[in-house]
Amino acid sequence: MNKKIRVVIAKPGLDGHDRGAKVIARACRDAGMEVIYTGLRQTPEQIVETALQEDADVIGLSSLSGAHEHLFSRVCELLREKNAEDILVIGGGVIPEDDIPALEKAGVKKVFTPGTPTKEIIEYIKANVKK
Amino acid sequence: MVDIIESLKAGDKRAAARLITKAENNEKEAFEILKKLYDNTGNAYVIGITGPPGSGKSTLTDKLVKEIRKKYNKKVGIIAVDPTSPFTGGAILGDRIRMQDLSLDEGVFIRSMGTRGHLGGLSKATNYAVKVLDIIGMDYIFIETVGVGQSEVDIVKTADTTVLVMVPGLGDDIQAIKAGIMEIADIFAVNKADRGGTDRLVAEIEMMLDLNPENTPWKPPIVKTSAVSNKGVTELLDAIKTHKKFLKETDLLKTKRISNIETEILKIVKEELMSLITQKENHDKRKRLAVDVYHKKIDPFTAADCLIKIIKGG
Amino acid sequence: MFDEEKLKHLRNAKHEWYEGLYKKVTQKYPERKDKFVTGSNMEVEPLYTPLDVKKTDYLEKIGFPGQYPFTRGVQPTMYRGRLWTMRQYAGFATAEESNKRYKYLLEQGQTGLSVAFDLPTQIGYDSDHPLAQGEVGKVGVAVDSLQDMEILFDGIPLDKVSTSMTINAPAAILLAMYIAVAEKQGISSDKLKGTIQNDILKEYIARGTYIFPPEPSMRIITNIFEFCSKHVPKWNTISISGYHIREAGATAVQEVAFTLADGIAYVEAAIKAGLDVDEFAPRLSFFFNAHNDLLEEVAKFRAARRLWARIMKERFKAQNKKSMMLRFHTQTGGSTLTAQQPDNNIVRVTLQALAAVLGGTQSLHTNSRDEALALPTEDSVRIALRTQQIIAYESGVAETVDPLAGSYYVEHLTDMIEQQAMEYIEKIDKLGGAPRAIEKGYIQQEIQDSAYNYQQEVESGERIIVGVNKFKIQETPPKDLLKVDPRVGELQTKKLKRLKESRDNVRLKQTLEALREAAKGQSNLMLPIIECVKSYATLGEICDVLREVFGEYKPSVSI
Repeated sequence: MNKKIRVVIAKPGLDGHDRGAKVIARACRDAGMEVIYTGLRQTPEQIVETALQEDADVIGLSSLSGAHEHLFSRVCELLREKNAEDILVIGGGVIPEDDIPALEKAGVKKVFTPGTPTKEIIEYIKANVKK
Repeated sequence: MVDIIESLKAGDKRAAARLITKAENNEKEAFEILKKLYDNTGNAYVIGITGPPGSGKSTLTDKLVKEIRKKYNKKVGIIAVDPTSPFTGGAILGDRIRMQDLSLDEGVFIRSMGTRGHLGGLSKATNYAVKVLDIIGMDYIFIETVGVGQSEVDIVKTADTTVLVMVPGLGDDIQAIKAGIMEIADIFAVNKADRGGTDRLVAEIEMMLDLNPENTPWKPPIVKTSAVSNKGVTELLDAIKTHKKFLKETDLLKTKRISNIETEILKIVKEELMSLITQKENHDKRKRLAVDVYHKKIDPFTAADCLIKIIKGG
Repeated sequence: MFDEEKLKHLRNAKHEWYEGLYKKVTQKYPERKDKFVTGSNMEVEPLYTPLDVKKTDYLEKIGFPGQYPFTRGVQPTMYRGRLWTMRQYAGFATAEESNKRYKYLLEQGQTGLSVAFDLPTQIGYDSDHPLAQGEVGKVGVAVDSLQDMEILFDGIPLDKVSTSMTINAPAAILLAMYIAVAEKQGISSDKLKGTIQNDILKEYIARGTYIFPPEPSMRIITNIFEFCSKHVPKWNTISISGYHIREAGATAVQEVAFTLADGIAYVEAAIKAGLDVDEFAPRLSFFFNAHNDLLEEVAKFRAARRLWARIMKERFKAQNKKSMMLRFHTQTGGSTLTAQQPDNNIVRVTLQALAAVLGGTQSLHTNSRDEALALPTEDSVRIALRTQQIIAYESGVAETVDPLAGSYYVEHLTDMIEQQAMEYIEKIDKLGGAPRAIEKGYIQQEIQDSAYNYQQEVESGERIIVGVNKFKIQETPPKDLLKVDPRVGELQTKKLKRLKESRDNVRLKQTLEALREAAKGQSNLMLPIIECVKSYATLGEICDVLREVFGEYKPSVSI
């Protein structure tokens, strides 16, 4: 057995700021994970389908354009439709504290706000991924 | 396990995705399932796409698959292999980015794999992933190799048709790649053919093919493509189909597949033997033998004989 | 610049000081760190003296403001003549709401407008496009047709303001709309002043709002150059942007290098399209970032000016001195803002704005303290504008030209940045120029490496960010953040529906077909686009025609 954590890092919506997503992708790789980076402008449907085909353990969503409520929630909704709520959904970007409870209610397990060390994110993933 | 088998037979993508993971993780269950479903394999036609980094393999694969979907409405699986970092064991699997238009196509399944320490351009489990995609009813399976160097020879042992993608202006790669790699091509795709140097590259490949006139009945065609502007894609697909037809008509497909299966069996045997050798108790015996060799009590050849005897006996 | 004999004495004296006093003290009281570096990781010595600038010929390398190589600034009097343009980037929700904010900012003493568009507009989708869901009006104003543009500038005389529009892939269309609005106000296009960003290369590199592949994109850009040189002579046809390159993680050196490499590519494309360099180059403008390392940033601006002047003169044989002038807009660094203790951002922005002014910027946007959290509130925007006004009217730095010139450290840094940026440009030349280097992923990779290094330095504590990895406090989440009305998308969709029912759809079809034909050929696209805009074609409809002819860009991403 040599299980590796598989992570889909995705940029939903039209936002082009991918510095954070790419830094996280690298940090996950350096922590021994397999990272599937989807690139920009992904619809929630594309992201979920990618996660299913790639058998991802985690979906990391990043958005800085303010469209997180719609996009993140839609990803979670689609995962439920596909009976794939076991996939851990986490998010980051410019996300006001006020919006976090609604996102968590929608199914995002954890929202990381700006300034979160990548180590913290890695540790969170390792601790919360379903085996 | 029965559930999974039924799901797979019904073409369930998630079940397929999970089975590939299990095979990648070397879980026994995966191989048990593959044993049970082995009858359902062998239907898909497997195409390898290989070539140096930056040659546009992913984009070309994307365009080929779109063409197949549009023209023939056949189901297509894609396996894209990327290198695993030898230092961290992690990997960035980024080939999908250039195929994202396909992600919502019901008739397409894309899977990215890290090499996980395996050399030769594929990962150890690529072969199993091919079988899984075959089982869920994919008509064509594309395998995109790592594309980092010159040792990408595994692909010929997995694919029915191997396309070697080259681009003009990458320097003197022809010279560098020549040894060993040129022979694997059933078809050459000279990609980014809207650039200068294309004709020279085509001429160089032709010359090389003429210099190696091994008595093969198939002379690899050279197809000029420009994946980005969708030029030459139809021609390349036609070349693949012609090769497929040729293999079938000459019965070479059967010969080739039997030879590939033989390689596969050998690999499985090697794997098993290696795992026996690396078992804990054998590990200790090996250590003791090494100490004995060091003290010149025995020589390494005798020690190896001992080890083999232990395994055989075990 | 210095007497050889005196330099010799100085060298000896410095050696003596270093081996003697300095070593003695540092042995007893070691310095805070083993190695000191700038914000961009250039090593910093304990002391700079004339020895560090001994090769710098004053007349040749520094010179006088308004004269080649423009190290000290592009105008002879700089801010003694006129202060920089205070230009706050703004725009959100609907054209109506943004129009209100512009009028407010003009009342507050802002001197130029800067329009932010929402992402669907920037990527050429109408508000009712499926991909626009959740994005309409979020990061800027939604503009679907000329109608929105008319509302956006309602009551604002376009011959009196200068307007900067952050728009790239569909820049030609938004410029066409601006010209059409002006025409309705009775203002001819030769009176219009402003800027379109129009810098597609940095979209591929760092910002991500591309539509078409590089080749047709470069054609549209040169079409704009040509059209404006004849019809909109006071318009800045491009704002070659390092801002987003820096935001993506580049160092100061990389910011200069990659921006100027993009600039070179635009000049080459225009020359190849048959334009005379001195015809379009005077209208090229630049857009840089300002980060926290005050002196390095000042040096960066000075180095960029000197390097561009040399490139235009020596490489492109420009004759007009305006072609050699690097005029630039600055925005303070968005990525330096922290979500933690957001009021600290006011101080950061002050340092950054000061760097821009000391570096001789032509216009400036100061970020608001809450931008790491959401769009800025009116209060925050006012403080940001006041920061500029305090620098302008109270700090004294605007009273003389290029006040930091002659600082051994600043001159040395200027030389270093220029030299290292030049090395990058040479490397990019070898790769076949910026477009090819982008295609190969070289530029993106260099930036990502810097971004990752930076992150690791922050996490290891090597680099201190106040409030983030040191001097932390327990905070309650900030309240009263600006929230865009989620119904903007619906509103715009309704507006679109009404528009499509009321316009002359026959004329519309004709203008779109004329554009399609022009796009297939070689002619300038500006006139057919203006016709489309005037027939109230939507942005999405126009872009779709161009998408069909040109195709769409697919990024090659490597991490």
